[in-house]
Amino acid sequence: MKQYIIRRLLQIIPTLIGISIIIFAISSLVPGDYITAVNNPTMTAEKAAQLREIYGLDKPPVERYLTWVGNMIKGNLGDSLVHKQPVTTVMNNYVWNSFFVAIFSLIFSWIIATFAGVFSAKFQYSLFDKIVTLLIFLCMSLPSFFIGLLLIKFFALDLGWFPVGGMKTSGLNGSTWDQLIDIAWHMFLPVMVLTMLSTGSLTRYFRTSMLEVIRQDYIRTARAKGLKERTVIFKHALRNAMLPAITLIGFELPSLFGGAIILEKIFIWPGVGQVYLESINMRDYPFMLGFTVFISVLTLVGNLLSDVLYGAADPRIRLK
Amino acid sequence: MSAETAPLKTNLPVPKKRPDSPWQIAIRRFARNRLAVIGLFIVVFMFLLCFIGPFFSPYDLYDYNKLDKNLPPSSKYWLGTDKLGRDILLRMMLAGRISLLVGLVATGISVIIGATLGAIAGFYRKWVDTLTMRIADIFMAIPTLPILIILGTILSDLKVEPSDRIYFLMLIIGVLGWSSVSRLVRGQILGLREQEFMQATEALGLKDRRKIFRHLLPNTIPIIIVSATLGVAGAILYESALSYLGIGVVPPTPSWGNMLSAANNMIDFRKRPWLWIPPGMCILVTVVAINLIGDGLRDALDPKMKK
Repeated sequence: MKQYIIRRLLQIIPTLIGISIIIFAISSLVPGDYITAVNNPTMTAEKAAQLREIYGLDKPPVERYLTWVGNMIKGNLGDSLVHKQPVTTVMNNYVWNSFFVAIFSLIFSWIIATFAGVFSAKFQYSLFDKIVTLLIFLCMSLPSFFIGLLLIKFFALDLGWFPVGGMKTSGLNGSTWDQLIDIAWHMFLPVMVLTMLSTGSLTRYFRTSMLEVIRQDYIRTARAKGLKERTVIFKHALRNAMLPAITLIGFELPSLFGGAIILEKIFIWPGVGQVYLESINMRDYPFMLGFTVFISVLTLVGNLLSDVLYGAADPRIRLK
Repeated sequence: MSAETAPLKTNLPVPKKRPDSPWQIAIRRFARNRLAVIGLFIVVFMFLLCFIGPFFSPYDLYDYNKLDKNLPPSSKYWLGTDKLGRDILLRMMLAGRISLLVGLVATGISVIIGATLGAIAGFYRKWVDTLTMRIADIFMAIPTLPILIILGTILSDLKVEPSDRIYFLMLIIGVLGWSSVSRLVRGQILGLREQEFMQATEALGLKDRRKIFRHLLPNTIPIIIVSATLGVAGAILYESALSYLGIGVVPPTPSWGNMLSAANNMIDFRKRPWLWIPPGMCILVTVVAINLIGDGLRDALDPKMKK
């Protein structure tokens, strides 16, 4: 197992080099830079050149790439040009706003998916199962921005139940508890959309693996020895059906910390996805590059994590 | 049938009915899946609406009826008009052409690249395989939406003509999506190349190219069809997301996504839902329908998934 992890980690290195080259190459294709994007009317050509020298924007791409990679290995992603702070600090400031939305929707979608999956497998071909199947497809195909807009229109604007966007009511001076309630209230709609988006495929996953397990001999044995149906389903069947689902936790990693770019824009949520979108518009290369690599690393680590978890959870799987 | 003729017939050899071809079996299995058939009908309807519908419209895409600005849906304008007095229904149908075409062509590009590379990797194995799959890993780990946004911004900065942008979009979305197809195809080819019919091609002395493209790849068509169908749905979603952000298909060319960006204007968003809800519904319905078809095809074409 240890050997397997080490070998996989070593394999990640060339992949990462490839990713960093592609990402750097693409972003160096962007015409214009931070200096032109800021659009400062008092900027003279001389001053612009000076600033470019300070930021290192005047060097050839290969040299910039090497400096960037060299610093990245040391854990230094450079300074964000917009925020005038280290990229890692900016990320740390905003990533948690995204994380909370993501973790709540993760919890909700796992709970909903478990129940929906278990019952639609238990009553396969029933009306409930058919409705669940249709809903699964609906959820899997939702364009996040359209659903977000619809929800804002009906629940926030027309009915006025929820705030239109943002994270806090400005000027609210209550106790900590009041402020938490306020944030939860702002979080409701974005969490709802994210939950809808991820519940579909998850339910499908649980349903299929439940269907497989439920037909096995040991389930018949459990029923034959007179266990309650609830015990059979939730204790004996569900545990085994959940096993392959463990791998999914690894795949969730990038979405937990990566933010939801479009959703955050629509809900004006101060998450890292929105900052990222802004960094692209402002040609804030250090942040743009650093964050893209960050998501890629999360994806790679997530994949590895899910393989390892699978091996740890299921003794029948041997990782070599 | 009369009773007298029956004994006569029993002496004759029963003419054997030709067994159904795998495709016939698949079609029958697909037809039995009610959701998938509904999906197929919806997609066919959408195509007819978008590609033939505009010919029946009394309006023109560039009809600016200054007197009929921002009208709600009525019998004259079924889905209302926008701020320039253009008919929303017509714009929506023409936008559908673009969105559907981008989805189809982008997926076509992914499939061509993915199937070719996957087949070559699976056929030659060794370092060719390792190299291709490592590149596929890279493309798999690159976050698609952020890269699409960066590339879309580049298109805007380079001042690409709005009419040319859709071709670039097709290319970008297509090129970024090849890796999953290539993995699937490679996996299949690795198994197929050990089968007896490949020994036959060896004995016949066929060239590698013929072996790959005439004998191996056709056997992977079912799996390619399934993943391509689901890919079209994904590509339409990517296109509409980019166009919504204003860096995909840009006006005056309409697309469902950029029609939705009318919602960015607070007054339009609030007071004139006919501007953005119909195109949004089109995206939703089309993507759901395509996914239903894709799932039906998976059940129909993949014998291993048989229930």
